[in-house]
Amino acid sequence: MAATESGASWVRAAATLLLGCCGAALTSSVQDQAEQFFRSGHTNNWAVLVCTSRFWFNYRHVANTLSVYRSVKRLGIPDSHIVLMLADDMACNPRNPKPATVFSHKNMELNVYGDDVEVDYRSYEVTVENFLRVLTGRIPPSTPRSKRLLSDDRSNILIYMTGHGGNGFLKFQDSEEITNVELADAFEQMWQKRRYNELLFIIDTCQGASMYERFYSPNIMALASSQVGEDSLSHQPDLAIGVHLMDRYTFYVLEFLEEIHPASQTNMNDLFQVCPKSLCVSTPGHRTDLFRRDPQSVLITDFFGSVRKVEITRETISLDRDIPGFESKLPKDELATEPLKYAEQLPVAQIIHQKPKQKDWHPPGGFILGLWALIIIVFFKAYGIKHMKHVF
Amino acid sequence: GGMLALAVLLLLLAAGPGRAAAGPGRDALREELLLSPLPNGDVAATFQFRTRWDADLPRGAVSHYRLFPKALGQLVAALGVRELHLTLTQGFWRTQAWGQPPLQAPSGAELWVWFQPTVTDVDKAWKELSNILSGIFCASLNFIDATNTVTPTASFKPLGLANGTDHDLLRYAVLPREVVCTENLTPWKKLLPCGSKAGLAVLLKAERLFHSSYHSQAVHIRPICRDASCLAVSWELRQTLTVVFDTFSSGQGKKDWSLFKMFSRTLTDACPLASQSKVYVDISPKNKEKELLEVTPPPTSVYEATVQGDKRTYAVYDLLSPSLFNTSRSLNVQFKWKRPEDSSEMPIPILHAQRYVSGYGLQTGEISTLIYNTHPYRAFPVILLETVPWYLRLYVHTLTIITKGKENKPSYIHYQPAQDRRRPHLLEMLIQLPANSNTKISIQFERALLKWTEYPPDPNHGFYVSSSVLSALVPSITAMKDVDVEESPLFTSLFPSADGSSYFVRLYTEPLLVNLPTPDFSMPYNVICLTCTVVAVCYGSFYNLLTRTFHVEEPSRGGLAKRLANIIRKFRGVPPL
Repeated sequence: MAATESGASWVRAAATLLLGCCGAALTSSVQDQAEQFFRSGHTNNWAVLVCTSRFWFNYRHVANTLSVYRSVKRLGIPDSHIVLMLADDMACNPRNPKPATVFSHKNMELNVYGDDVEVDYRSYEVTVENFLRVLTGRIPPSTPRSKRLLSDDRSNILIYMTGHGGNGFLKFQDSEEITNVELADAFEQMWQKRRYNELLFIIDTCQGASMYERFYSPNIMALASSQVGEDSLSHQPDLAIGVHLMDRYTFYVLEFLEEIHPASQTNMNDLFQVCPKSLCVSTPGHRTDLFRRDPQSVLITDFFGSVRKVEITRETISLDRDIPGFESKLPKDELATEPLKYAEQLPVAQIIHQKPKQKDWHPPGGFILGLWALIIIVFFKAYGIKHMKHVF
Repeated sequence: GGMLALAVLLLLLAAGPGRAAAGPGRDALREELLLSPLPNGDVAATFQFRTRWDADLPRGAVSHYRLFPKALGQLVAALGVRELHLTLTQGFWRTQAWGQPPLQAPSGAELWVWFQPTVTDVDKAWKELSNILSGIFCASLNFIDATNTVTPTASFKPLGLANGTDHDLLRYAVLPREVVCTENLTPWKKLLPCGSKAGLAVLLKAERLFHSSYHSQAVHIRPICRDASCLAVSWELRQTLTVVFDTFSSGQGKKDWSLFKMFSRTLTDACPLASQSKVYVDISPKNKEKELLEVTPPPTSVYEATVQGDKRTYAVYDLLSPSLFNTSRSLNVQFKWKRPEDSSEMPIPILHAQRYVSGYGLQTGEISTLIYNTHPYRAFPVILLETVPWYLRLYVHTLTIITKGKENKPSYIHYQPAQDRRRPHLLEMLIQLPANSNTKISIQFERALLKWTEYPPDPNHGFYVSSSVLSALVPSITAMKDVDVEESPLFTSLFPSADGSSYFVRLYTEPLLVNLPTPDFSMPYNVICLTCTVVAVCYGSFYNLLTRTFHVEEPSRGGLAKRLANIIRKFRGVPPL
């Protein structure tokens, strides 16, 4: 009896131990799953940065966009994953006292243009049509790769727009507008084609909150610099350059981003607190109801940085120094039988006696035919039909 | 036998380190910087990077790219390009202040391409090419389409090897509105084998390069002779960058220059991948006097050549020679003017041209081109190519060419009229310029009214007409020796020269800015007009309805004027008023 009792107690102990282990395993897997749920499942990052204003006095919009470009590049997103659209050229504008520079702080402290910038859409190419084509991917086949948004269903996309706007619209280059309905529909197209995993939309214009009112696709988080009925104000002018250098909201966002590095754990709630009404004069707004995760658990680097998956291996991989038979793979060059020569740059005699290019022969049009018919009729009316035999 | 083999082996070993052309890649890089002080005190710096690849690009399936950039190699192979010339320029070369340009380019973007005879649809290949290049160079070259592309019939002959010149394979387009900034310089620098990390390219800092009055960067790809016998073809990629610093003439600095003052950098070494890396400084004496210019540090050698018809002397700094960096780690070429130069004598170039628009109002106008031939006794022909957009309707019957007061008939004229919204005007003429003469070519035009969607976002800026191109074989004062392309500096070998008595030059005139009749796009004005009309009609009708009353009026006899008028009418037999 004691043996069975001890045996039973052993079994019971073993059972509880086992259960304990299973329980622990289960909870850890549940925790893992829960963590997974709060961590974003993206594998690559894209950024679409748009400045929609033309003319020298809108220098601040270009500086806004370039500051975000700079931060995003610094945090890891490469040029091939950034679509930068600048509607006018401020750096090499004849009115810029310091060419090839765009400053964001007065006294020319920070040159956001830098030495290594690639603008994909510039000047007249920044139109509503091109912007929507970039977002939805319906782009003409000859467009080069650097001008395309090649995102997939595991991409996190950051879209930043700045310029002049109003209640429900954003003005492009002083000649056309995009409405909030069009923008919401473009995002819905992107969702249906699975062109994004999560999307962060930031807009810095007057009455910016009206642009995100109409979104209805999932996984979109939006931030705006001002509410409906409020104007976004500019920050500070520089007396040497003569224009306002940045907008307030983006200025404080830039200061916030300068403190982020690729391993930061700062989350979106901190970004929502940037630029309170005391600093910005307008009230920044945000919209998170369409977003699946809690903003607390969304890292800034999920959108502004770039995910790199690294696989560590301990095997040795040997690289061949010489590829045998390489020389023999090169095709043998054909040698011409007689020496080739350069063309004469100005062959005067040949040009003067050039035959004019034969144009394609077209049958005479209606007018010429009618004219000839009239001439023939008049001729035969005047001289009689018997002269026909002289013609044929 | 053994001794012979040993001798051969020794010879090979001795010749080895000198040349970097051997090797499986079979390509070589030469880099060069030419600094020339200009007559009015400014300095022109011309960088040339030339990669020569001994491979047959279009035929062989080449997959291993070493110095030649893969982006351009694949482009040439895939689209059947025989020659490609792309220039991006900001500013204008002022021939009268700066002299004859070594290599000029029009303002904006210029692209001209010769395709291989195997290409069947040239227009489609052209469109694809401009799109791909717009992605590589971050420029809006995708705006090149049928409305600004022309096919010249006499100008722009191939600069490389050619066995036939069927002009159907040539396309030429200019975008005069194109802006050049750091985003165009960055991909251009990335095509260089050493990037901007070593060699002469370390001097290319955007902030200094764009603070200048002329900045032009170009890419030229063409097939050349592999050696003197010219039985095999090599491909040559030349990247050139010309910049003119105008600190002296704009009053911001002294006339003495140094590399550090111009570029805010100095040279520290040559590009390790280059087989030749040299700096040439033009120290030619003016008016046959002793040198006016002093260069420090002392150059490694002095080179004399006849360039563009003039005897010139150059101080050469060879960055690959070990003696150059013995004393200091960096090379900062400085030049000082020995005595202040009397500014009276500015050499006038033999051929130069100007163009301007005249007329008043927004209906008609006239484009005039003035060409000057200042050679004292030689006449020579020049080809003028003009491309005018379709919205300026040219009237060819008003084309007049006047030289020395008399009419000058061109030996060859090709005119292709424009089709609205489909292709531009093309006018090509071969004109004989008599010695020491001015020629004025003028043509009148009428401005068209565009549809309201065709205006750009800033229509009040105006519309550009691209530069005219003048191609001429200018007779040179001093005979030029035929030199080997591989031995002579790069700046002498861009244009293949047929004989030594003349040199080929291609000049560009100014682009023109023309205003078209523009509707008023401003919203407040339209709103005010509409509102005022509506208010006037509605309110006015109501006001009249409520306040207007009618009275019977006695007819009056009328005043003096009326009575006089009635008398005259009675004479005419017309009923009175």
